[in-house]
Amino acid sequence: MNQLAQENLKRILARQNHRATVCVALLLVVAILLGCGMLMLGNTNYSLAEVFAYLLGKEGGSGAYTIGSLRLPKLLVGGLAGFAFGVSGYTFQSLLRNPLASPDIIGVTAGSSAAAVFCILILGISGPLASGFAVVAGLAVTGLILLLSGGGKAFGSRMILIGIGFQAMLNALISWMLLKGSEYDVGTALRWLRGSLNSVQMSDVPVTLIVTVIMSGLLFYCNRYLRMMQLGDEYATALGVPIQATRICCLVAALILSATATAATGPIASVAFLSGPIAGRIAPGSRKTMVLSGLVGVILVYAAELVSKNVFSTGYPVGVITGLLGAPYLLLLLLNLNKKGEKLG
Amino acid sequence: MSSLAIQHSFGAKNISTGYENQLILKDLQMEIPAGKFSVILGPNGCGKSTLLKSFARLLQPKEGTVLLDGKSIYELPTQLLARHIGLLPQSPTVPAGITVADLVARGRFPYQTMFGQLKKEDYEAIAMAMDAMGVTELADKPVDSLSGGQRQRVWIALVLAQDTDILLLDEPTTYLDIAYQVEILDCLAALNRMKKTTIVAILHDINLSIRYADHIFAMKQGSLIAEGNPKDIITPDLMRTIYGMESSILTDPETGDPYVIPRSVVK
Repeated sequence: MNQLAQENLKRILARQNHRATVCVALLLVVAILLGCGMLMLGNTNYSLAEVFAYLLGKEGGSGAYTIGSLRLPKLLVGGLAGFAFGVSGYTFQSLLRNPLASPDIIGVTAGSSAAAVFCILILGISGPLASGFAVVAGLAVTGLILLLSGGGKAFGSRMILIGIGFQAMLNALISWMLLKGSEYDVGTALRWLRGSLNSVQMSDVPVTLIVTVIMSGLLFYCNRYLRMMQLGDEYATALGVPIQATRICCLVAALILSATATAATGPIASVAFLSGPIAGRIAPGSRKTMVLSGLVGVILVYAAELVSKNVFSTGYPVGVITGLLGAPYLLLLLLNLNKKGEKLG
Repeated sequence: MSSLAIQHSFGAKNISTGYENQLILKDLQMEIPAGKFSVILGPNGCGKSTLLKSFARLLQPKEGTVLLDGKSIYELPTQLLARHIGLLPQSPTVPAGITVADLVARGRFPYQTMFGQLKKEDYEAIAMAMDAMGVTELADKPVDSLSGGQRQRVWIALVLAQDTDILLLDEPTTYLDIAYQVEILDCLAALNRMKKTTIVAILHDINLSIRYADHIFAMKQGSLIAEGNPKDIITPDLMRTIYGMESSILTDPETGDPYVIPRSVVK
């Protein structure tokens, strides 16, 4: 009888794990297909064979420039940023145990964006220094939000409300700086308010790549603790999780991740906010939910970029499209929270 | 799970603790009887939960310490401690969409290494814990779809899967109907009898406490007022002291235990 129960248990847990693995593989395939699409489609369409010929430098001309210098950086930086936003959003949401607590809702990416605008438009600095400054600003904004919501104990709805306030304030600051910096280009303005791949360059790749690899690696390491912390601080402590260290480590790593991505692409709207919940829906509670969130982030960015470049004649920046996806989800979430609140009250 | 629990000496040594300026526990000394079922009784706000949190290392005392086999629990490695002391907190969070099997399996965390998969003894412990709490049939159901009583049994199964020698439970039966309360306490009593697991529970129902406890700790305003076998310490005087309540005490015709009937509250 007990043997039977154990076998059954093993089967149930293995099935969940298997399902998560299949999902990772599937999402990876979708991401690769979308990525090929990004290289092939645009103002001029190329076949896959042509794309490879250009990438390997076998053929030159305008095609080589379009693919190698325009589309490839978008593919690389967009993919890395999508992954970074996805993983960072999942980490914030798990850590604060609230789907609203993603860095793009609570003003963290807006803080990084404001710092990047200040560096790039006002001081004329870009590259690693601007990224570094964006990270520091992200940390400072998070610190300030934590402080205002009552120190370390305040992981909760207070912090989220204060964060939303910060978000509004920082976006106003960004708009003001854009005006002051005599930046009348709508494209640039949208990049720093909503996120865009239109002005990414090959030189953005190294910093984004290195930071994304190191910080994601750190978060994957902390993931086993993070999963226990989803049960609440008390259970996590009783199960032997060093919660204070985990919290600080995850928060800082997730912050650096989202700030670096923001410095490269601007705060691509709603990617961090949507990726975790979508991944959680696909494979709930799995160890692989974190990596799935990253892949969902990549797919969201790629799909939005493809839609914006090929469906609309205007060529909206990605952030406008992803923002459109995020808004209804936010409404749904708030309506659900409201229902729960009514039930409790 | 099949082996007997190790009998530890465990208790609070002169702890004072509190939040901000307010002291909740005042120089409290308490030795938990090994291998026994102990219940902590006391009015709301008397420091029961705070005491249990200190025992589980959730709250570091301002003065004094909690000793396990003569060593301060704050100096022991966290993972090792998690194999000795388990806790059922009052309000755990259910991660969205997670299944019962997955949740109970998380109780094995203290035994896992970095990339460690669940081993044979892990499955054994999980299956036995689920069987003990009667949730085997629910294994592949999402926890957020269960009723309150089922959910509570799943949480207790998680702590049982942790397979600790000492089990701390903060109001394990609150919000449950009387049949569920008895069922859960029966399970805990059976665990205590069969494995000699030391159990410390906070309960609000005095008569259920008397029935299940080998040892009762009565607390008021952060201090220990009385302790001992329920037959010896449950008196109208004690009820008046800790709850400010007049009561009559009868004898349970089946068990011979005292049975408290509340009469009136003195202000």
